[in-house]
Order: sequence, then structure tokens, then C-alpha cells
Amino acid sequence: MTALAAILMRDMRLAVRVGGGALIGVLFFLIVVTLVPFAIGPDLVLLARIGPAILWLGALLATLLALDRLIAMDQEDGSLDLILMAPVPLELALAAKALAHWLSTGLPLVVAAPLLGLLLNLDPAATGAVALTLAAGTPALTFIGLIGAALTVALRRGGLLLAILVLPLTIPVLIFGVAAANAAIVGPVPFGTPFTILCALTLISIVIGPFAAAVALRQGLD
Amino acid sequence: MPLTDLANPSRFLAFVDAVLPWLAAATLLAFALGIGQVYLSPDDYQQGATVKIMFLHVPAAWLGLFAWVLMSVAALGTLVWRHPVADVAAKAAAPIGAAFTLMCLLTGSLWGRPMWGTYWVWDARLTSVLVLFLMYLGVIALWRTIEDPTRAARIVAVLTLVGAINIPIIKFSVDWWNTLHQPASVLRLGGSTIHPTILVPLLIMIAAFTLLFLTLHLAAMRNEILRRRLRTMLLMHADAAAGA
Repeated sequence: MTALAAILMRDMRLAVRVGGGALIGVLFFLIVVTLVPFAIGPDLVLLARIGPAILWLGALLATLLALDRLIAMDQEDGSLDLILMAPVPLELALAAKALAHWLSTGLPLVVAAPLLGLLLNLDPAATGAVALTLAAGTPALTFIGLIGAALTVALRRGGLLLAILVLPLTIPVLIFGVAAANAAIVGPVPFGTPFTILCALTLISIVIGPFAAAVALRQGLD
Repeated sequence: MPLTDLANPSRFLAFVDAVLPWLAAATLLAFALGIGQVYLSPDDYQQGATVKIMFLHVPAAWLGLFAWVLMSVAALGTLVWRHPVADVAAKAAAPIGAAFTLMCLLTGSLWGRPMWGTYWVWDARLTSVLVLFLMYLGVIALWRTIEDPTRAARIVAVLTLVGAINIPIIKFSVDWWNTLHQPASVLRLGGSTIHPTILVPLLIMIAAFTLLFLTLHLAAMRNEILRRRLRTMLLMHADAAAGA
């Protein structure tokens, strides 16, 4: 347990201190959302209608941003070898790393979402719904991304390939995240239905992600 | 011959050489029969001759899915038994599966233009097949990025199995998201809803395309084994040259 806590704390510290990792993600999120009105025009009614979708897309892209460093950084400085040899199961160690990644990039996005909701003319209820769905859904993105990070860790230029491998797998999360947010705003589906499925997707990803990533690392690095 | 015998690439090559001509002949025969049946089958009273596109579309869709299933089984063979021919089977199946998936998309959109009035709609089935196609491309890209074939096989195997778990989830989500395509009609409880004059040629075409897939797959596996031998020989040659 202390080993897992140590991994968690170390990754959090690295994320906060090295290059302002957490803030970069939020900044990217802000820029993506800022670009949208330039692309579609400053129509507040339209922005309010597609606001949840924009916030979700922004969060999805921002989550991808730091993923290629999630394991590659540890491989470069050698700490991945220590994690592989440690008595702690690799699955749990990777889950701790993913949790740290979510706390340092996913959670700030959830916190920033209400503020960006204001820019997109979302009313408070809609903003709350989007923030809630992001809170429930972004862990799934991180844990799915963990698989991609493990698959591409040994590649020299894994960043773009990582996005190509991971994005199709995130489609269900995107669908149910936006559906839940829209259900809360305009209906007619009750909020609970898509939101429950979104939570289920997150739970599945938390189970599958660390196992698949651990298999990929054990098989790929020898 | 038990499956373990085929784990030896030389025996596998001998097996392919023995089987391939027969398989190719069976494919030709099945296509001759199938195309004849398709020619004789009646036009649809609403869709006219465009209904014939279905005889390419449905087999392509089936093989697009079948290739991923085959890759998943091969992935298990790679990860669990370290079966060397399983690596080759998975690698050879990916481009063929991608090609059939693309064919499914293209024939579907050619049919959609006169029938739905547009080449593309964001309908659930179309979208899931498009996602399947993207995942095939991801798998092929990953195969090509990793130089060492055995390591590539194991890493791609993980991706293939993750995909196998996710494809039904994606399918379900996309269905929930939007649906316009006609529901399943060939295989369903209570019997098929297709008239026998269409169903029989369709089943023959599916069999013919499946034979074509097997032929192409075995040939591609043979090529891949030979390519790997060539690679090993080149590496040994380079080693010998460096040592001398």
C-alpha cells in the first residue's frame, strides 16, 4: 500500500512541478473551447446547444495530451524497470499511475468545465450536468489511454499513434457523456439512463485498463 | 494433422502448398455458381437492380467482422501458447479484414446514394463499421511501427483483444446513439425474412467470399513466413559480414 501511495505521490509531484503538467492540460482545454466560436460564429443559442459536446471533445483531447508521457517518461529514466521488478503487482502500480494522471489532468478539467461553460452560454443546470458527466467519464478516458500508453511505450514516436489507437476506444464514453449531459438539459431521456451507463463504462475501463496495460508492458519490454 | 504440428513453419508451408490450389479452385467454383445465381435472382420490386449490391455488401461485412474474430483467436494463440504461426495469422488477417471492411463501406455508400439519396449518413451500423475500419488501420499501423516481429505480435495481440472487448461496446453505444439501417434479417429468431430467391444466392456468395478470404489469408501467411525467413537471413548475413 505504501508503495502504491509512493508511486501516486511521485507522479503527482512530477505532474505539478515539471512543466506545469496539470495547468497545461487546462490551458489546452481553454484554447480548444476558445477556438470553437471562431470556427462556427459567435451565435450564443447555437453555442449553448452544442456546448456540452464542445466541452466533452475538449476534455477528450486534453486528456490525450499528456498520455504519451505517462509511461514513456518512466521508461527513459529507468524507474519503469524498478516498478516492473517491485513486489507490488504491476496492475496495481499502473492503476496508481493512472489515478495520479487523472488527478493531475482529468480533475482540473472537471474543475475548469463550469468556467468554460459560462463562455459557451450554458445555464447553471447544464453546466452542472456537464461537470458531473466529465467527473464520471474522464477516469474512463485515462484508463483507456493507459492501455495505449503501455502499447506505444517502446516506440520512438508513439504520440500520434497513441491517439489513433485510443480515440476509437473512447467513442462509447463520448457518446454516453454527451448524451447524459444533453439528457439533463433538454431531455427527453431521463438523465439516469445514459449517466448510469457512463459510470459502468468507467468501471469497466478501470478493470480492463490496468490489466491490458500490464500485459502489454510485460510482453513488449524484453 | 493436429494444430500443434502446424506450429512448425516448414510444416505449415508444406500444408499451405498442398491446400492452396484446392482452396483457390473451390473459390473460383463458388464464385461461378454464386455469380450465376445472383444473375438469375429477381430484382427487388422497389430497389430494382441495386439490390444486387447486397450480394457484395453482406459478405464483405461478415468478413470484416470475421477477420477480427480470427485475429483475436490468433492473439490468444500468441499470448497464451506463443504459437509462432498465430503471430503470422494475425498479421496476415489485418489488411485483408481492413480491405473487406472498406469494401463493405464503399458498396454500402454506393447503394445508399440511390436508395437513401446520400452516400453517407451517420447511421449506427455505418458508423460502427467505420470505427471498425479505423481500428483495423490502427492495428496495421502498430504492426508496422515495431520492427521486431515477435515483439510486435505480442503488443498487437493485446490491442486486438482490447478491441475485441470494445467492439461490442462500441456497437451497442452507437446503436443507442442513432439508428436507421434495417435490422438484422438473415439470422434471427423465427427464421429469415428474406425470400429464398434472394437468400440462396446470398448464402452462396457468403460462402464464396469466405473461401476467397481463406485463400488470400493462407497465401498472405505464406508470404509473411517467407518474408521473415528473408529478414533472418539478411540479419545473419549482416552479422557474418560484420564479424569477418
